[in-house]
Amino acid sequence: MLRNGAMAWYHKVPAPKLPPEARKSRMEGLWIKCDGCSEIIYKQDVEKNLEVCPRCDEHFPLPVRRRLDLVLDPGTFDECDLGLETTDPLEFSDSKKYKDRVKASARASGENEAFVSGLGRLAGREVSIGAFHYGFMGGSMGSVVGEKVTRVFERATERRIPAIVFSASGGARMQEAIFSLMQMAKSAAALARFRRVRQPYISVLLDPTTGGVSASFAFLGDIILAEPKALIGFAGPRVIEQTIRQKLPEGFQRSEFLLQHGMIDAIVPRRELRDRLSQILGLLG
Amino acid sequence: MSTYALEFEKPLLELEQKLAELKRSAATGTALEPGDTLDSEIRRLEKRCAKLQQEIFAELSRWQVVQLSRHPNRPYTLDYVQRIFTDWIELHGDRAFADDPALVGGFARLDGEPVMVLGQQKGRSTKENILRSFGMPRPEGYRKALRLMKLAERFDRPVIAFIDTPGAYPGIDAEERGQSEAIAVCLEEMAGLEVPIISVVIGEGGSGGALAIGVCNRLLMLQYSWYSVISPESCAAILYRDSSKGEKAAEALRLTARDAYEMGIVEELIEESPGGAHRDPAVTAQNLGLALRRHLRELRDLGPKGLVDDRYAKFRKLGPVTEPRPEPASPLRRETD
Ligand SMILES: [Zn+2]
Repeated sequence: MLRNGAMAWYHKVPAPKLPPEARKSRMEGLWIKCDGCSEIIYKQDVEKNLEVCPRCDEHFPLPVRRRLDLVLDPGTFDECDLGLETTDPLEFSDSKKYKDRVKASARASGENEAFVSGLGRLAGREVSIGAFHYGFMGGSMGSVVGEKVTRVFERATERRIPAIVFSASGGARMQEAIFSLMQMAKSAAALARFRRVRQPYISVLLDPTTGGVSASFAFLGDIILAEPKALIGFAGPRVIEQTIRQKLPEGFQRSEFLLQHGMIDAIVPRRELRDRLSQILGLLG
Repeated sequence: MSTYALEFEKPLLELEQKLAELKRSAATGTALEPGDTLDSEIRRLEKRCAKLQQEIFAELSRWQVVQLSRHPNRPYTLDYVQRIFTDWIELHGDRAFADDPALVGGFARLDGEPVMVLGQQKGRSTKENILRSFGMPRPEGYRKALRLMKLAERFDRPVIAFIDTPGAYPGIDAEERGQSEAIAVCLEEMAGLEVPIISVVIGEGGSGGALAIGVCNRLLMLQYSWYSVISPESCAAILYRDSSKGEKAAEALRLTARDAYEMGIVEELIEESPGGAHRDPAVTAQNLGLALRRHLRELRDLGPKGLVDDRYAKFRKLGPVTEPRPEPASPLRRETD
């Protein structure tokens, strides 16, 4: 429902002039300019560093599969809910048919939908896990995403195991209109049932988490964590700016702002994420 | 009450004005025509008015429904409270930060039975609208709603929620105080509430700000109301980069009460007075009151656990997806045989 242009990202830039010997080894590579420190850095260095700027610690988006690899024990991820597709109940069309938009997004992002769900092990403990893929239609939540999120909580309830969800989403998906809205209620209702088994639900907020995702399961974690500088809020900054017609304060709706206002439990840098999750599961699970 | 008229209402209102003038002159005896001619002219005009109204309202566009839902004379939550319930006492505040006048609530009686009534409340004048943020609640509004619903549960009172908001308030203060969290907690707590919940969209049902009091056993919508994930103007601003294309977006979103009913989201549509609820709030309130009584009677039989299960079943099935059937286990052929 909301789109944000404020996401941290980097730009491809031409390679800087380097001495010939250095150029030799780095010719093949791609140079990028970090939005955080404006430094021009070697892309491979960023990749190796979990898509975090080695100079200034700016967190760039981490593809969903790498996210799951990062936190789960190697080879333990068992993906569920494969092949779920929208029925396009409204036969929605703007400049493009919704169904074509989904196909194009699948081709471009390499994922079939904006959410990946399944079972895995984290430090030896079985968890029901799911993660958004922001690259698929801005991580928007339609019926497929809502169904998958709901099943993450249902599997956790059946197996009496912890649930972990990584959110990165612009909110509910406009193209499925009222059905998208209802996914907020559906997932929250599944969560209400999950509470009975007294297992932890850890919600991790990534850049960005807004709208209908933010205002449902993302903010219902027993523990709510966020990555540094992630944009988190109900209304997107552009919408707020247009409504109140004034400039927003520096750092507004960023993780640090939410921590200060008492809305999240902790900010966790990506390199510590797995250990922190493991620690919390140990204390609560 | 203002004399505001929507563009498509105007021909009807003009005709009605003519009729009213005729009636006035008949009553005061100032007419030039003899009495008989005047009477038949009045009857003729009355028929024309009825016919014209029927014609205009038989084929409203989605955008026209949106306009009706926002009609400045349309009855709001507190109007229905006054007309349907007795013994009303408004309860204020979230016990943490403030009282939000954009969302009102309190106990009242429906046919003598105590119930909790709450809903978003718009203002009639500009001054009141500023006070009530045009019916857009802040976190303290949702936290008040939650407090009142939990209170109703403790005393085993059903909850009736009137939805009428373009959306939750988008502002710095609302974000600072956790708009997302406030709405999210409402959704989860309502899902587990052990008393009957009936929600009614009486005007605008805009996004999460509406749904926050909409996790119910029965969802009713007034005939000329809308409910969707986003307001048509905001949708247009994103899709067409032009917020004036709300009319087009309203069509794409299929956001009217009738659409929601056809998509299986809504249990019942409530008929409004001819020409819309603002033309005769008493008739509309009567229709709504009858439906509320009927649904409450039905829900009472479910019992606390049954109510929670009923609500879960209602929302669990929403959201059509297709799923490949699991592959049947293929008979294995061994190459070594
Ligand atoms: Zn940097």
